[in-house]
Amino acid sequence: MALWTLFGLRKGSASTDWPKAGNNHGQQGVWGMPRVLDGACADSCEACIEVCPTQAIGRQEKASTSGIVIDYGRCITCQRCVEVCPEPVLQATDTWALGVRNRDDLRWQAALQTPEAAELGQRIQTRFQRSLHIRHVDAGSCGGCESELQALNNPFYNLHRLGIFFTASPRSADLLLVTGALTRSMLGPLHAAWEAMPEPRWVMAIGTCAVSGGIAEGGYTCGHGLNEELPVDVYLPGCPPNPAAIIHALLLLLGRSSQRVHAGRLT
Amino acid sequence: MSGQVQMRPMLVDDLPTALNTLLATGGRMQMAYAWFRDGQPQVCYLAAPGAGQAFECWSVAVPAEGLPSLAPIAPLLGWYEREIQDLVGIVFRNHPEPHPLVLERGEHTPPLLPGAEGVVTTTAPHALPEVEGEDIQELDFGPVRADVLESAQFRFFYIGERILRYQPRLFLKHRGMERRFQGLTPEAGVVVAERVSATASLAHALAYCQAIEDAADCEPPPRAQAWRCLLAELERIYNHLHYFGHLADATTLKVGQAQGRWLEEQTKQLLARVCGSRLPMNLLTPGGLRRDLLLPDDFAGQLAAIEKETRHYLDMLSDTSSYIDRLQATGVLSQQVAFDKGATGPIERASGLDRDLRRDHPYADYAALVPEIALREAGDALARAEVRADELRQSFALVKGAVDRLGAGEVCHPCAPEPGSFGLGWAESPRGSLFYAVSLDTQAHLAWAKIKSPSYSNWRVFPFTVHDTNMMDYAINEASFGLSVAGCDR
Ligand code: SF4
Repeated sequence: MALWTLFGLRKGSASTDWPKAGNNHGQQGVWGMPRVLDGACADSCEACIEVCPTQAIGRQEKASTSGIVIDYGRCITCQRCVEVCPEPVLQATDTWALGVRNRDDLRWQAALQTPEAAELGQRIQTRFQRSLHIRHVDAGSCGGCESELQALNNPFYNLHRLGIFFTASPRSADLLLVTGALTRSMLGPLHAAWEAMPEPRWVMAIGTCAVSGGIAEGGYTCGHGLNEELPVDVYLPGCPPNPAAIIHALLLLLGRSSQRVHAGRLT
Repeated sequence: MSGQVQMRPMLVDDLPTALNTLLATGGRMQMAYAWFRDGQPQVCYLAAPGAGQAFECWSVAVPAEGLPSLAPIAPLLGWYEREIQDLVGIVFRNHPEPHPLVLERGEHTPPLLPGAEGVVTTTAPHALPEVEGEDIQELDFGPVRADVLESAQFRFFYIGERILRYQPRLFLKHRGMERRFQGLTPEAGVVVAERVSATASLAHALAYCQAIEDAADCEPPPRAQAWRCLLAELERIYNHLHYFGHLADATTLKVGQAQGRWLEEQTKQLLARVCGSRLPMNLLTPGGLRRDLLLPDDFAGQLAAIEKETRHYLDMLSDTSSYIDRLQATGVLSQQVAFDKGATGPIERASGLDRDLRRDHPYADYAALVPEIALREAGDALARAEVRADELRQSFALVKGAVDRLGAGEVCHPCAPEPGSFGLGWAESPRGSLFYAVSLDTQAHLAWAKIKSPSYSNWRVFPFTVHDTNMMDYAINEASFGLSVAGCDR
């Protein structure tokens, strides 16, 4: 056993300083959600709308010069739309931090006034001080979100350093973190976990399946997103969202980072 | 018509004899699934006569009174038959375990019957065994478990430290992914396949694309084939590293856990820089790759650094007696049970069954990149870990071999399956054998897709290593299997 202790000491710390300092978030090269550029679509071209597997793309006059809109809450970053777009309208990006407090901010709309969001931030600040305890519930995922959630505790992200902990008992949890397509069999256990949590309690939907149903939506056992079941405080789409995006969303809940999408636009 | 699989139409009455002959000549069943030809239900039994021989699809028309269960002859078919009954409504007579598996059979139309619509109204069943005796206690664990884990529920019947019987309740996460393929174009199906079990996203995309390529009788260009192996082996590396982190955690070796996770993270970061996603997705298409990829300049150096640290890590693990002691003689799976119940991948190889699709039925570029197959006889947790350790070391060599074979050239050939065609594809995923069977409709869109996932096979086997063991060993035994729930539940 002494062997391992020495080994641990010698290795020192592998943790990144991000997001406290620097920009080493570890996601170099990761493709994110597509962006709608200013430009005009060819007449009656609907190529992107047709290939999108999750009906994330639609048309809305005045939403953009092309009229193309993306609901990021439905996007699974498959890049099919970017591939079929004949014009320079849809573009792949490396933008991945997409946690929002209001589901509508993942859609294009006239900019939203959200006093609730500000209030939520306030409440969380007073309630949590600096630490946050999370109960995770897998409500029918493909295992991708869990793989990235488990990564949060690896030496690189080392979530503990931010005062954020996973806990086994919902009774000591502040935040319910839900992944998956909301299968019928998991609704009972999901609600039981939420009921067991002390108030005030918060809920976060992680991954496009939990945000809107994702690729499994329309399946004979699946739902259309977590807001059908519980009041959701933060939405983080992605397929799966990467660990840095998850940290960003957690800090957003804690009021320690700023939202990067507003009204369906990346900033 | 498919070139990888031989179609053998069969009469119901001939099934038992054919099956006995297959088993007597060293063959094995892979799976059974139901589908519909011109609206008529058919069941296909996928038989594997042996290494190098074409797979056989024994196809039978289903008579009104259902089919005889073949589980008494080949126990691994038991789960497939029950699933068919739950999802398609075909009855299997004289089934040794007749209760539902995937869904309670309720008022709803079986969801995979053609034309079935809407949602089902039942949940995953929990068929509990009768356990009789004095002082027996019951413990339910899950489906929401400690930390971040996939949902599954377990019932333990125990006295003191001794587990008498163990009954998992799976399929709480059943999303009906196979029906999700129906009506899609072959290209669109890849996006679904990648999201069936994301820790094997590449293996699923690969097996699926190869099924379409089989139906279309097309072959990807050599550069695409080398890329497919390269990505598949990187996927194996990060999965196996995750496995060791998890196993070290189960044996309370905290530094060992952190080191496994750290190496896994480095591999995922490398993958992101190679292909744009940490879990390799959005890359394959029938006929090759969706886009050409470029190796980062520092790839060889990065890979060598991870390999060096991994070798050191594996050596340290095998020098740690507290870790080895906990694994030795834990959760023993005999070769007979492994074969009968259908164990696959590192699990069957740790129980002495020498099978690996990469070598026995080469696909992609594996005819040139032949892996040495790791094999152990003991069938305990230690053997399972040793097999994965050997595979992990091998995978680095295979990645390097694939890099050397990345010649110049295109990465995709046209690949359009004929309307009404059928195809079979497979891959040796990090957890074992994965099959996709697809059939196309009159517009050459997907009419039917069946997935045989490795964790479905291994979850079927796992309880046989838990009955009559100690509570203390359970977590280590489960970690030593390295199971995915999403893959099993689909
Ligand atoms: S990248 Fe997102 S918006 Fe584009 S096709 Fe895929 S899911 Fe739809």
